[in-house]
Amino acid sequence: MKTENQKAWFFVLPVLLLVAFNALVPIMTVVNYSVQETFGNNVFFWQGLDWFEQILRSDRFQAALGRQFLFTFLILIIEIPLGIIIALSMPKKGMWVPVCLVLMALPMLIPWNVVGAMWNIFTLPKIGLLGYFMNDVLGVNYDMTQDPLAAWITIIVMDVWHWTSLVVLLSYAGLVSIPDAYYQAAKIDGASPWKVFRYIQLPKMKTVLTIAILLRFMDSFNIYTEPFVLTGGGPGNSTTLLSIDLVKIALGQFDLGPAAAMSLIYFAITLLVSWLFYTLMTKDDAK
Amino acid sequence: MAKITLSNLRHSYMPNPEGPEDYALKEIDLDWQDGGAYALLGPSGCGKSTLLNIISGLLTPSEGRILFDDHNVTDLPPNQRNIAQVFQFPVIYDTMTVRDNLAFPLRNRGVDEARIAARVAEIAAMLEVEEMLDTRASHLSPDNKQKISMGRGLVRDDVNVVMFDEPLTVIDPHLKWKLRSKLKELHQRVKATMIYVTHDQTEALTFADQVVVMQEGEVVQIGTPVELFERPQHTFVGHFIGSPGMNVLPAEEHGGGARFEGRHVALEGAVTGQGGKTQIGIRPEFVSLADAGLPARVRKVSDVGRHAVVEAMVGDTPVKAIIEGELPEQGAEVHLAFRPSHTRLYRDGWLSTEVEGAA
Ligand SMILES: Nc1ncnc2c1ncn2[C@@H]1O[C@H](COP(=O)(O)OP(=O)(O)OP(=O)(O)O)[C@@H](O)[C@H]1O
Ligand SMILES: [Mg+2]
Repeated sequence: MKTENQKAWFFVLPVLLLVAFNALVPIMTVVNYSVQETFGNNVFFWQGLDWFEQILRSDRFQAALGRQFLFTFLILIIEIPLGIIIALSMPKKGMWVPVCLVLMALPMLIPWNVVGAMWNIFTLPKIGLLGYFMNDVLGVNYDMTQDPLAAWITIIVMDVWHWTSLVVLLSYAGLVSIPDAYYQAAKIDGASPWKVFRYIQLPKMKTVLTIAILLRFMDSFNIYTEPFVLTGGGPGNSTTLLSIDLVKIALGQFDLGPAAAMSLIYFAITLLVSWLFYTLMTKDDAK
Repeated sequence: MAKITLSNLRHSYMPNPEGPEDYALKEIDLDWQDGGAYALLGPSGCGKSTLLNIISGLLTPSEGRILFDDHNVTDLPPNQRNIAQVFQFPVIYDTMTVRDNLAFPLRNRGVDEARIAARVAEIAAMLEVEEMLDTRASHLSPDNKQKISMGRGLVRDDVNVVMFDEPLTVIDPHLKWKLRSKLKELHQRVKATMIYVTHDQTEALTFADQVVVMQEGEVVQIGTPVELFERPQHTFVGHFIGSPGMNVLPAEEHGGGARFEGRHVALEGAVTGQGGKTQIGIRPEFVSLADAGLPARVRKVSDVGRHAVVEAMVGDTPVKAIIEGELPEQGAEVHLAFRPSHTRLYRDGWLSTEVEGAA
């Protein structure tokens, strides 16, 4: 017989308080702003859902949202397979394991604004190593401050460089947890390398991959610092992702109401897509 | 199907082995006859799994050759050797149904679907898993998972040998018994060579026609269960097989017999060889209480059902005897008699007497 009492609540309480103060209270403030108009001096007018309607209908928001989805889609479709491939080719034991792990972890340890600055300098024509190499050695016209395509390629490559390691490390953790007997049995059963991947490695990596995809989705969907430092959202608005646009509205134009409404829409989309991913990926476990 | 020959086989897990202690397998020469039911018996760490993995091709031996019917397969990978192996812990393909799991080894070899369906049905019936054929394998209990692993080993009917590496470790005792009899029955039906690894003597003795006993990387004896019991070639075999194991008592050679605790003991036959450390070996089944013989004091009496194990001290050496009928009291002074036809001399662990009348 299990005895039940309510003591557990006391253990949860501190966390609840913490969450309340660092998440709920700020969010409620944002909700508050999103339904009002202010002209400063703490004077507010009730606005209802006008700001939400205005944001959702605006071409500017729709364009930024489109760019955001494109960016996230591209980095996921590159980073997830690439991360799995790298994890598969890493040694499973021996002295090279720690070396590989540390090398993999390095990009993730660099502060985000430094990553942006590094890549900015790296890609400058004439000065940066990559810029010089592309323009003067290969003779390809590459200038991400002028050419939107070059700017897109650069932010994608930068994100892949920065975050593929996360997928690698998570997949690797999944891979090393597979007992040797599985590989031995597969050999005895005459399974091809593809079947080993499909029926042993992939299923065993599924849980960690779900986490990897969720983390990469949320992080890339909310990305701000690196592209802001690298391209500042340009050239033109070509790399203005949602968060960059949000900051422009909130702090650049000081339109607090629309910015608050946009934050909430942004938040809702992130939450919705994460939930969709999660339910889709864990669906057949429940059966 | 083929006869399997292991010739001068040695294996070390180290890159540069030096002494014999660096070898997990030391010098193995062994023939497995086509269609035999073998058990490979030995304590943990003696190299049983290593030997199996070498036969299946998961490991390449450091030295020596493996022949399947005189065809050298030493350097062939497992899928070209036509063997099946079942491991200690269940391996199942989580995302597949039970049916697809069983069909997997056949599909990988391009067997046609009608044949696959027939084989899967047959194996499922044998293992009594028909009603779960369409469930996802990840939802099975450990028992059933292991049944499926065994099923994958048995589903191909053209294999040279099916090897089981302690397959019943995770299975409930009552099911263990059932599955073991099933395997035995199956062996009689399909006539494939089977090698069954275990460190449980009952398991080995009930399954096998021939038992191969290993110790520290060496084969110490091959024989039928009766041979192993009746005439252990090595004190280790005597000790390892039987419950309780053989009495191994320090003794010296003495005028055609042996001398134990200052008394003369008759042996089964002539002593061979000389020098080395000598011991006599006698199973508790052949020690009896008598009016005259070795004086002893009863230290412990344990009733184990149909008979009792009496442990008595002869001088400072404990000797076990299996006694039916009337039991002595603890502390009683008794006399022990050794049946000469089952009393043997061992020299450095190896049998060193001949059967009366031999040679
Ligand atoms: N992959 C390995 N690397 C190094 N040493 C190993 C490896 N596998 C086994 N050994 C060693 O080789 C020896 C024989 O091991 P093996 O697994 O063959 O024993 P076993 O008889 O199957 O034992 P068990 O009954 O515990 O399964 C042991 O001393 C073990 O420590
Ligand atoms: Mg083993």
